[in-house]
Amino acid sequence: MKLPSLREVATEARLLLIGIPVFLWTMIPIYHMFLFAISPKEDAFSGKLWPDHPTLHNFEIVFKQQHYFLRDFYVQFWNSTVIAASVGVLTLFIATAAAFSISRLKVPGGRMVLNLALFTYFIPAAFLAVPMYRTMGNYGLLNNHWSLILAMVTIASPYAIWVLKQASDKLPVELDEAAVMDGATTLQIFRLVYLPLMMPSLVAIGTYAVLLAWNEYLYAFLLLSNDREITLPVALGNFLAADDSPWELLMTTGFIYALPPAAVYYAFRRYMVGGLTAGAVKS
Amino acid sequence: MAITLSGDQALPGPPLSSRLTPAQVWGIVLLAPYLLVFLAFVVYPVCYGLWLARAPGNYVALYNDPIFARAAVNTLIFLVIGINIKMLIALFLSGFFAVQRPWIKWLSVIFILPWAVPSIPTILSVRFMLNPEWGVINHLIFSFTGDDGPNWLNDPTVALSMAIGVHIWKSLPFWTLILITGRLAISHDLFEAAEVDGASWWQKFRYITWPSMQTLYVTCTLLSMIWTLGDFNSVYLLTGGGPADLTHVLSTLGIRYLRLDQLSLAMASIVCAMPFVLPLVYFMMKRLSR
Repeated sequence: MKLPSLREVATEARLLLIGIPVFLWTMIPIYHMFLFAISPKEDAFSGKLWPDHPTLHNFEIVFKQQHYFLRDFYVQFWNSTVIAASVGVLTLFIATAAAFSISRLKVPGGRMVLNLALFTYFIPAAFLAVPMYRTMGNYGLLNNHWSLILAMVTIASPYAIWVLKQASDKLPVELDEAAVMDGATTLQIFRLVYLPLMMPSLVAIGTYAVLLAWNEYLYAFLLLSNDREITLPVALGNFLAADDSPWELLMTTGFIYALPPAAVYYAFRRYMVGGLTAGAVKS
Repeated sequence: MAITLSGDQALPGPPLSSRLTPAQVWGIVLLAPYLLVFLAFVVYPVCYGLWLARAPGNYVALYNDPIFARAAVNTLIFLVIGINIKMLIALFLSGFFAVQRPWIKWLSVIFILPWAVPSIPTILSVRFMLNPEWGVINHLIFSFTGDDGPNWLNDPTVALSMAIGVHIWKSLPFWTLILITGRLAISHDLFEAAEVDGASWWQKFRYITWPSMQTLYVTCTLLSMIWTLGDFNSVYLLTGGGPADLTHVLSTLGIRYLRLDQLSLAMASIVCAMPFVLPLVYFMMKRLSR
């Protein structure tokens, strides 16, 4: 084996000098959360970097709902799941239909709708939350899962339409023309030509909408308040209400809550990075 | 609608359905769900909110509320300092991650984590790390120096810096990813030619990388500004706006008024941000709809 030259060693050292801080910066808050989850209460508060007696006891408490704050853990987990799944399905339905209509059918006024959608995409989320909260009250939807589902669909759709429209434009027009020649109706083109070709973008957008809804805190915290209606992040926020918050349980629940999005992200990473970053900023 | 042919003889125009092709009818039907969502959950709330905020008294009340002035300044600090630091680091790291090494590829997979995992557990984790009595940071400071560390979230300047840090932690991966995409799009031949001519890394950056990435970088910075204005979590979950309501930004302030049942003040505080937001939005729309 050839020994690396001095120059190569120096380059590698410089890269490590960047890589190590980047690794630490990324991992420390996540590791700290994990550390709390596997520490007994005494160890968690002692500032140790590894507990003397690592344990899964905290997970047991969470899964058996053995704490006042965790009474409704499964219900809240289920709420988060149902809401995220509904947002994914509804966003895909609305955005795919709109993108097909604007890009393939060239519906009159489609361009304007796309611009309106883009405009929504640029309203800061926390700003829209204020009037949205009152609107949901007017519609009588507060404390109802539909309020959060519809709010998240409203927020996810503009970006979804934008990305799907960009992807649709890349499909050759000849495909539609050939299908029309063969006597296909518009719906048949949509189902048999368009949807199969759009599959990678649809996976990216579906994942994006599900993750957005699963991770959402502000809208969930404003729109839902009943203990059995709230989602997991709101329940986590409520832990802080107490003076002697059980931090080790908070971190354990938080760790469990963070696992599904991380898993979903890594499962669909290929689609997400290509599909989403391409649409995010057109250079 | 009627079409006048000759003199006073008016014929009814053809019915709408016969002027539209079947494909266009389907187009309207398929666009309708989004339009409904848009009308019900964007147009109506925004108009209703503006109507609530219309009384000039709201703006006098905001002007007289010291918390509002502080929040406006904090928002500016967040935008000007936070975003520039974030985007410069992202630009730098996009170069680092573009280097071909197996371990850098692995690191890039890990580096995405802050963006992929939800805010609330990670920001609360940072919040506990900064706890003056029990947090790991002050434990380490004590074990090295024997002195008590600072009370990180008790000083508004320090607390706001920490919130900016959390914001950078969370959103840096996304922008780095976008800038990597931009960097990889630059033709490799240019760098090889520069290499042959003996260009330094700075010359390569100055004359090849930066000119080709400038537009993307500016677009990203603008978009990041809009999204940062909507970032509620970094401040609310770390400091809750405290101490003494001195670390609020406009997004947390609006929600604070909302929680105090002062909806018209909440809307008015957001309306005050519009002179900053609208030019950004206009500029972004022009760039994206080219």
